[in-house]
Amino acid sequence: MTVRTAELVMAIVMGLFSAYLMMKSAELPYGWIPGEGPGGGAWPFWLSAIMLVCCIVMVVNWIRRTNPPSQDMEAFFPAGVLKNSGSVALVLTLVVGLFNGVELGGVTLLPAIGAYLAIFIFMVFYVGVLGRHDFVKTAIFSISVPVLTFLFFELALKIILPKGVTEPLFLPIFKYFGLGGL
Amino acid sequence: MTKHKAISLGMAMAGAAALSMTTGLGSALAADWKPAKPVEFVVMAGKGGGADKAVRYMQGVIAEEKLGPTITPVNKAGGSGAVALNYLKGKKGDNHTIMFTLNSFYTTPLRQPKLGVNIENFTPIMRMAEDTFCLWVNTARKDGNNIKSVDDFVKAAKAAGDKWIMAGTGKNSEDNLLTDFLNSAYGLKMKYVPYKGGGKVAKQLAGNNADSTVNNPSEQEGFYKAGNTRPLACFTDKRIPLFPDAPTFKEIGKDFVYYMQRTVVGTPGMSADAQKYYNDLFTKVFNSKKWQAYRKKKALQGDPLAGDDLMKYWKRERDVHKAMLKKMGAIK
Amino acid sequence: MTEIVYLLLDGFYVAFQPLNLALIVLGCAAGLFIGAMPGLGSVNGVAILLPLTYLVPPTGAIIFLAALYYGAMYGGAISSVMLGIPGASTAVATTFDGRPLAKMGMADKALTAAAVASFAGGTISVILFTMAAPPLAHIALVFGDPEEFALMMLAFATFIGLGGDDIAKTIFSICIGLVLAAVGFDTVSGEPRLVFFDITNFMDGVKFLVLAIGIYGIGEMLWTIEENTRAGGASQLSKATVSLKRTIANLRELVRSWKTMVMGSVLGYVVGILPAAGATPGSLMAYGIGKQISKDPDSFGKGNVEGVIAPEAANNAASTGSMLPMLTLGIPGSPTTAILLGGMVLWGLEPGPRLFSDEPSFVWGLIASLYVANFFAVVLNIAFIPAFIWVLKLPFTLLAPIIFVLCLVGGYAPTQSMYDVWLMLLFGIVGYLMRKLDYPLAPAVLAIVLGPLAERALRQSLLISGGELSIFVDPVNRPYAAFIMYAALVLLFLPLFMMIRRRLTSGKAASTEPS
Repeated sequence: MTVRTAELVMAIVMGLFSAYLMMKSAELPYGWIPGEGPGGGAWPFWLSAIMLVCCIVMVVNWIRRTNPPSQDMEAFFPAGVLKNSGSVALVLTLVVGLFNGVELGGVTLLPAIGAYLAIFIFMVFYVGVLGRHDFVKTAIFSISVPVLTFLFFELALKIILPKGVTEPLFLPIFKYFGLGGL
Repeated sequence: MTKHKAISLGMAMAGAAALSMTTGLGSALAADWKPAKPVEFVVMAGKGGGADKAVRYMQGVIAEEKLGPTITPVNKAGGSGAVALNYLKGKKGDNHTIMFTLNSFYTTPLRQPKLGVNIENFTPIMRMAEDTFCLWVNTARKDGNNIKSVDDFVKAAKAAGDKWIMAGTGKNSEDNLLTDFLNSAYGLKMKYVPYKGGGKVAKQLAGNNADSTVNNPSEQEGFYKAGNTRPLACFTDKRIPLFPDAPTFKEIGKDFVYYMQRTVVGTPGMSADAQKYYNDLFTKVFNSKKWQAYRKKKALQGDPLAGDDLMKYWKRERDVHKAMLKKMGAIK
Repeated sequence: MTEIVYLLLDGFYVAFQPLNLALIVLGCAAGLFIGAMPGLGSVNGVAILLPLTYLVPPTGAIIFLAALYYGAMYGGAISSVMLGIPGASTAVATTFDGRPLAKMGMADKALTAAAVASFAGGTISVILFTMAAPPLAHIALVFGDPEEFALMMLAFATFIGLGGDDIAKTIFSICIGLVLAAVGFDTVSGEPRLVFFDITNFMDGVKFLVLAIGIYGIGEMLWTIEENTRAGGASQLSKATVSLKRTIANLRELVRSWKTMVMGSVLGYVVGILPAAGATPGSLMAYGIGKQISKDPDSFGKGNVEGVIAPEAANNAASTGSMLPMLTLGIPGSPTTAILLGGMVLWGLEPGPRLFSDEPSFVWGLIASLYVANFFAVVLNIAFIPAFIWVLKLPFTLLAPIIFVLCLVGGYAPTQSMYDVWLMLLFGIVGYLMRKLDYPLAPAVLAIVLGPLAERALRQSLLISGGELSIFVDPVNRPYAAFIMYAALVLLFLPLFMMIRRRLTSGKAASTEPS
């Protein structure tokens, strides 16, 4: 896919999204209610309408080739970029899924392994696989980042992160610091 | 055993060394359940509002008097509490999550049946107080009309017709119910303008951007003390000690009493032992000097209510609200 | 006046008590760290650390929290400059020039400028606070919905020029921000709105932080990875350096921008006092005006140090300003002060018009400690710059995953909801693709902050007026609203008018030229 094609695809997708927003906004009155001013749906409805107009203008610009992306015949994702940015985006998505697990129609797609283990996996992937750092560095960063996250967020700031199946491992720590009952 | 509160990372680390390691995971007997980790205290309203302040106050009391576990307040304000209710519904059987509710506990499930929330499934823990409502006006109105009684108010509001602005918290909310009551009881046409929080509403009145409000006493407290605003009458059984000159609506011939619950609720399916634990915990909080002082200061009323009595109270209140919402045309 | 000096001296006596002084330093340091985390700002810091304050007397408690508040405002600039991720909405404007400066290897310059400007903003506003509290508190009180709406229009007008070259994409970006801000719940009609696929979580709305961390955090990092790949593998996020000599030179250079600092401070303070507005519109307006009065407006957005100074001075000044209505009226000017207010009630203090006369040692102790807190915050901040620069110089493949982790945890922390993390990831990836196609995204992030305020104020005003738009331009009954509205209209149409005139004259010139 060239940048030029991507520009058109994005404009069409965003145009469809704008139309969807308009439909969704129209669930509430979007006109002017006498004595009260605009209805509850008016603000998002008319703004989405402007978005749709903008998308149409983008398509026109694309046909007339007036802006840089519509003239750019390079690949939208050169091979190296897809490999780096794409793999990071993909792994990041998987990692977020692992926080609390993902289920679809009763089938477990990703198990809930909790934030800390998921962060560990992400660090191993990024530092070790993508960054090609040696084992020692990978180990240091992959272990210290989740540990520091735990110390800072959970113990110092009392912000509880999802733990999934690893939860029992944390109970003694909470007990040790007296965070549970008395 | 570990009466120590981890108060900051540094202190926790330092303190940890001083603690003995004798307590392992232990075999927590069913009879004496206690939290094994910090307890999430969901607030059905945003940061800085009345409910949020009460939760943070209780968090403070529990921490200061070492009554129980670490409490982490989590605000879920969306959709008039719909998000919080839905969240708690999804935490079925979780013994480490509790919630602080208001009257939206009744009205939100009624108005949004799609949520599929049945409040009878939730675990009653304890009603900590009932907040009160009064009718308020500004003492230095722009038009120079010094309103001192409900009669003055009715006269002025009648004359103004739909130019009379009543500011309140949210559409179809408690304030809206009370405004509708006043409109129908006195034959008024006041225009109700919804704002996002009680503090904002109070300020609209003090700044003469609204003509009247039905604020909680705590929301108007500062302006009242400064002489900016005045309560004309209150929707209570008895006069509020803080405002001895303001009659109740009962006294002046309109029998209408309305309170806002401030209640701690447990997740659906919470174990009976956990329920008992929280019951004991919040009894201690309720009886603490600090909470009693807070109640007095905020003109809060209502006895503690727990267990089946609380559930009965919920069911009764829900029916009352259902009837009121129907009358308003907010539900069918 | 002499009375104020005496009261202030008494206040300094309170502030310099060893315990209070220690609390100030502790508060500043804690705030600095919390503020520097993307996702965590002063609101979270103050809310989380509120329970700790039972351990000390009330005056010490508020001093600690106020120092934390200041520290967090300083800290917010750190993640804006270093990572390009605004930790709070108040720091968005700081990214516009802070980030380009960091990319050019001048992170130290931007950080120093942010610290010094914050100091100026904090100090000037505290002086204003000391001298003129009660009359300004009155303005805050009479400020109603029409005035708020007019103020929002003024804020929009000041940053109209922030978009990119592609007009259709810029307008699209503004509108999508405004529409996303409308997701969730409509206060005025009390109805759920734009709840996609009936997922209850959408009723919580789309929060600023989720969009900001998504776009500026995840999206920008993906973009940086792409840039690095194209450049054949750059190894660091920024080629930053720092030395004492550079710092001194930076400080010297900053003196020249004193006008921008004063402008930002005064503007931020005044806007901060106004309820609902708070520091975010204040810092945006300061950025917009800073650009207008700058000698070199074209370099704004490309790494002009004045683009860091103006918003940073303003957001710190606004945080002082927002304390004024809290103390004198008991009305919070920002969510952070709302929590501070709750704290004061807890400690048995009664904010309101009588606080100044009833509790002079508390009020003046607080004011004096604001001066002291400012001083410590700037010293700590500058002292930490080498450490921040060191972090920036870590190999990219070590720093990048840490930033991603901070984004995920920072997106989760404020609401503790996975829904927000998913949404953030979606915004990050879509934002990255849009960024590749030259969509300007800053307008969307700004729109999501100002959108809800503007819509609500507009509709509440119209409810009050019975649907009459004249409420916004009525100089007799609503003088403040009318004045601000006229100012906004002038600002809005001035550039347009100038452009048309330029077109006309150049068109004429073209037509008279022999072809």
